[in-house]
Amino acid sequence: MVYFDHAATTTVRPEAIAAMTDQFGVLGNASSLHGAGRRARRVVEESREEIADALRCTPNEVVFTSGGTEADNLAIKGLYWARNAADRARRRVLVSAVEHHAVLDPARWIADHQGAVCEELPVDGYGRVAPETLRAAIEQEPADVALVSVMWANNEVGTIQPVAELAAVAAEYGIPFHTDAVQAVGVLPVDFAASGVSALTLSGHKLGGPTGAGALLLARGVDPVPVLHGGGQEREVRSGTLTTPLLRGLATAVGLAVAERDHHAAELAALRDELIGAVREAVPDSTLNGHPTDRLAGNAHIAFPGCEGDALLMLLDAQGIECSTGSACSAGVSQPSHVLLAMGADPDTARGSLRLSLGRGSTRADIAALARALGPIVERARKARAKRH
Amino acid sequence: MTLRVLAAMSGGVDSAVAAARAAEAGHDVTGVHLALAKNPQSYRTGARGCCTVEDSRDARRAADVIGIPFYIWDMAEEFDREVVQDFVAEYAAGRTPNPCLRCNEKIKFEAVLDRAIALGFDAVCTGHHVRMLDGRLRRSVDYAKDQSYVLAVLNREQLAHSMFPLGDCTKAEVRAEADRRGLSVADKPDSHDICFIADGDTAGFLNRTLGSEPGPIVDESGAVLGTHEGAHAFTVGQRKGLNLGGAVNRRYVLSIEPVNNTVTVGPRASLAVDGIIAQRPVWSGCAAPTEPTPFTVQLRAHGEVHDCHAHERDGELVITLVEPATGVAAGQAAVLYDGDVVMGSATIATTSRTGEAASAG
Repeated sequence: MVYFDHAATTTVRPEAIAAMTDQFGVLGNASSLHGAGRRARRVVEESREEIADALRCTPNEVVFTSGGTEADNLAIKGLYWARNAADRARRRVLVSAVEHHAVLDPARWIADHQGAVCEELPVDGYGRVAPETLRAAIEQEPADVALVSVMWANNEVGTIQPVAELAAVAAEYGIPFHTDAVQAVGVLPVDFAASGVSALTLSGHKLGGPTGAGALLLARGVDPVPVLHGGGQEREVRSGTLTTPLLRGLATAVGLAVAERDHHAAELAALRDELIGAVREAVPDSTLNGHPTDRLAGNAHIAFPGCEGDALLMLLDAQGIECSTGSACSAGVSQPSHVLLAMGADPDTARGSLRLSLGRGSTRADIAALARALGPIVERARKARAKRH
Repeated sequence: MTLRVLAAMSGGVDSAVAAARAAEAGHDVTGVHLALAKNPQSYRTGARGCCTVEDSRDARRAADVIGIPFYIWDMAEEFDREVVQDFVAEYAAGRTPNPCLRCNEKIKFEAVLDRAIALGFDAVCTGHHVRMLDGRLRRSVDYAKDQSYVLAVLNREQLAHSMFPLGDCTKAEVRAEADRRGLSVADKPDSHDICFIADGDTAGFLNRTLGSEPGPIVDESGAVLGTHEGAHAFTVGQRKGLNLGGAVNRRYVLSIEPVNNTVTVGPRASLAVDGIIAQRPVWSGCAAPTEPTPFTVQLRAHGEVHDCHAHERDGELVITLVEPATGVAAGQAAVLYDGDVVMGSATIATTSRTGEAASAG
């Protein structure tokens, strides 16, 4: 098996598995007051501290969630509700047009159902939001903006956003700024305090931790209205019994990913460049989507003119090479990627692209296997595309 | 010989068992669910369709159980263009189309088959209840479930790349086999109605799509007997829904003329025709006969068969029935058989009563 879909999910690190395995059999609810509870609480708090240490925030700023989607929902809905409740004029929610659906859909939902006005910030041909674009959008009526959300790095095309600059613009107007950093942590330097963002989403399974565990880093004084009401375990902002083993695994993975980040990112980037070169050689008219250099180390997103991504994916899969079209599925029917469309790509390019994402365990042999298979597969996919009229 | 087989999986029991049989026979099978609706519903309602998210999940689950790869192919554009719009246009022209037949002809065994061949597959496998015999299409052993009528439109080239693993057993046997194989769709109800008309109300769908304009219901002499709410809601041979009141004896729809929005009705005897002209003939079972040749012919889905003589003349199929038949609607297929074996198929254009000028078309 040749796995080029680490952006979807990546291997759980053995250290995280070991850390979780140690905890799975242990009795105790971290909210209980007795000894078993205190023992669980200690594991949770040590996990929180480890994450805070790795991402340069205070432990109190770490709000555990079930993953990236929940964290994004809490940030978008919760901050909108809180800001709007404090001042009814704050109705505008500014999000980049290339956000993951976990941000885009809550933003559209509060617009459809909660009186918000969702404004999608346009991006350039690489998928970047320019700070001037954000400033211009805010300037239309600064007092009306409830929050801004721009992802740290794009999950499809890999382009890195100028997050610190964008956050600084929002900060000038006193507007909370959320960033979905699910793809960034472990490959890019993510320093919560220095970035100036108010809220940051991370997810365990994208960086070698378990699925079902993530966090929203929330700066002091940034208090969203809860999405999940209940026991109020996490800063009264998020309820639900803390999943001690998963949080232990999350913290282990975050700690290791951040510690190894520079070396790992350099390795990935070298492999990625080799991959891009090999694809170009096999399919000379293929083109790279996203920024040529300012991109995630493990991400190659490539357009194959005259092909449908679905067909390429299936043919590669049949040869044991696993990748993604990167586009969202709507009820099982793949749609042209909203990210590529926002970047100005035509629908055919948007449908005819593949995301090849590298991670721990990726090798040059994987790239060689892809290079061998790709030429004939693209030929076939082109024939099939030409049949559709 | 191991073939690379694309199994079209609707999420129903037939296509699941067909895929399982193809895989068990040693072929290299890939399951594909065809997404035919741009905005699929979440759940099945009633006996309609194969296009909900639930159906696609059922298909995916069946593929998992069988142990084959599974993908969803978006054929919504093709389906809308070739099947839905054709369905509407046919009704607008006063004919009675068969969208399932059209889907087989244009989607499953044209758009899907072409794409499959281009992608390196050898054949498309479906759960239709038909058999293949020496490259010719043959009725299923389960006559009640036989689907040769809606596949007869396939030409030899299409048939050569088709695989129908279910024709040698009954529907009951298919369900039992699904259960034995652990396929959870074993008990799923059969689908009957038109998949793209979610509520099953064909007349309502046509009224919404084509608009409804009241018009006259006349008898064969032209005398007005009543009014209707839109001519395209009617089918030749139809008796229900005319609302002519008790004063008029039983009347049947004889013809529909969209141009002047008129529905002509008459007694059952006037429905009887014995001459049929059908267009776009396809001969998959024999060479096109140039002289009247004895066949049996089926004139609608699940309809009875009639003895006839048929031949091709100037690119059209000319059929003379031995005994007159009723309810023969333009737009339906006339499928010629020799015993169980499909010989040819064509689309009914006009009908006539020998020696009379009566025509429905």
